Amino acid sequence: MNVTIVDYKSGNISSVINSFKEVAENKVKIEVTSDVSKIKSTDKVVLPGQGSFKSCVDALQSIKGLVDCLNEFVMNKKKPLLGICVGLQMFADVGYEESETKGLGWISGKVTKIDNQNGIYKLPHIGWNQINIVKGSKIFKDIKDKSHMYFVHSYEFVPTDKNSISATTDYSSKHVCAVEKENIFGTQFHPEKSDKTGLKIINNFINL
Amino acid sequence: MLKNRIIPCLDVKNGRVVKGINFVDLKDAGDPVEQAKIYSDGGADEICFLDITASNENRDTIYEVVEKTSKKCFVPLTVGGGVRSVDDINKLLNCGADKVSINTAAVENSKVVVDSSKKFGSQCIVVAIDAKKNGNKWEVFTHGGRNNSGIDALEYAKKMEDCGAGELLVTSMDRDGTQVGYDIDLMSKISSKVNIPLIASGGVGNLDHLVEGIKSGKASAVLAASIFHYGKYSVKEAKQYLESKGIPVRT
Repeated sequence: MNVTIVDYKSGNISSVINSFKEVAENKVKIEVTSDVSKIKSTDKVVLPGQGSFKSCVDALQSIKGLVDCLNEFVMNKKKPLLGICVGLQMFADVGYEESETKGLGWISGKVTKIDNQNGIYKLPHIGWNQINIVKGSKIFKDIKDKSHMYFVHSYEFVPTDKNSISATTDYSSKHVCAVEKENIFGTQFHPEKSDKTGLKIINNFINL
Repeated sequence: MLKNRIIPCLDVKNGRVVKGINFVDLKDAGDPVEQAKIYSDGGADEICFLDITASNENRDTIYEVVEKTSKKCFVPLTVGGGVRSVDDINKLLNCGADKVSINTAAVENSKVVVDSSKKFGSQCIVVAIDAKKNGNKWEVFTHGGRNNSGIDALEYAKKMEDCGAGELLVTSMDRDGTQVGYDIDLMSKISSKVNIPLIASGGVGNLDHLVEGIKSGKASAVLAASIFHYGKYSVKEAKQYLESKGIPVRT
């Protein structure tokens, strides 16, 4: 089996690569590429994302055929994709970081800034927070409710379809930190930086 | 609920871990990759490497250390020391650092902070402030604490937030290596002035100091070296103690 990490120059993905390679050992091939033909034929895709919503969408679109290829992979072929951080946020219809930017539209909703309640809550939301698992997600197999995950973000995904929410976390308000809709998985937190529990989530995705 | 972080800091020189007493009189205390792994296995919330002599000496050894560490530690890794340019930041991130801390370069040219936070995102840009008290204010020092810029630390902290820093790592030069506790006044004043998280550093000698840093210093995270390094306390003991004092930690 091949798992492909999409390298679309969205910032630093070395930690994502290291963690997947650690978990995959030599049983699963981890490929890092922006080559559309390779992504087309892979079994699973990981879509990381750092920086702003707009910079990530722009970077995706700057690679010819990539967005179409991902749409085909996810919406028609229904193969598993895991979005991490801004990778998850881009599932939305629209994001409001920097300027209003159209997302991939796979899970309807929007990405807006976390309400810091007039400075009571510092932003970015950086550090370890507990997740509240609200529905059984395949990537949460053997993951305990209230597990700690590592977060770093200032914007949150607000999906319209509440059924897609698989976990929330409490910071300023209860916000969405993981989604699952059929073959589409996403985490706002960084499983690649969330110690053994995070690696378990990566393992669950690889073993889907 | 967001937990307060405990960050062991490894001062690295020529690929080896050292910790200075007031930035001089360095002692060798081990291999950074092994140390980092011990800390992450022991529950450290994050690992910090500071390449302390980097401003003056060949620092290529740090890239190798970062690369090796990032393949073994799956908690966030912050690297700083001698970071001069967007290119340096890019190189460290590519080696597997999750965040890069900028000190002297940010004082000399704040555009490095603006440009790097735009390019890589604020989440990976930490501005390190070395501050020393002078009368009733604090001044920012550069070059590993050797040069006084004369810049007011509080004003500077605010400016760095505006430039796009995601976090501030504030070290009290007066306290560093003394083990008498953080400069709480400095920490709380800066933390109250900015809306980004503050990591308190410099002066930890016992676990109560960590508690003070968070409760009175309003720090989101506490950084310490010696107390963990020479085996005085483990990260686990520190967390248990913080928890007993009502501070939320990841256990």
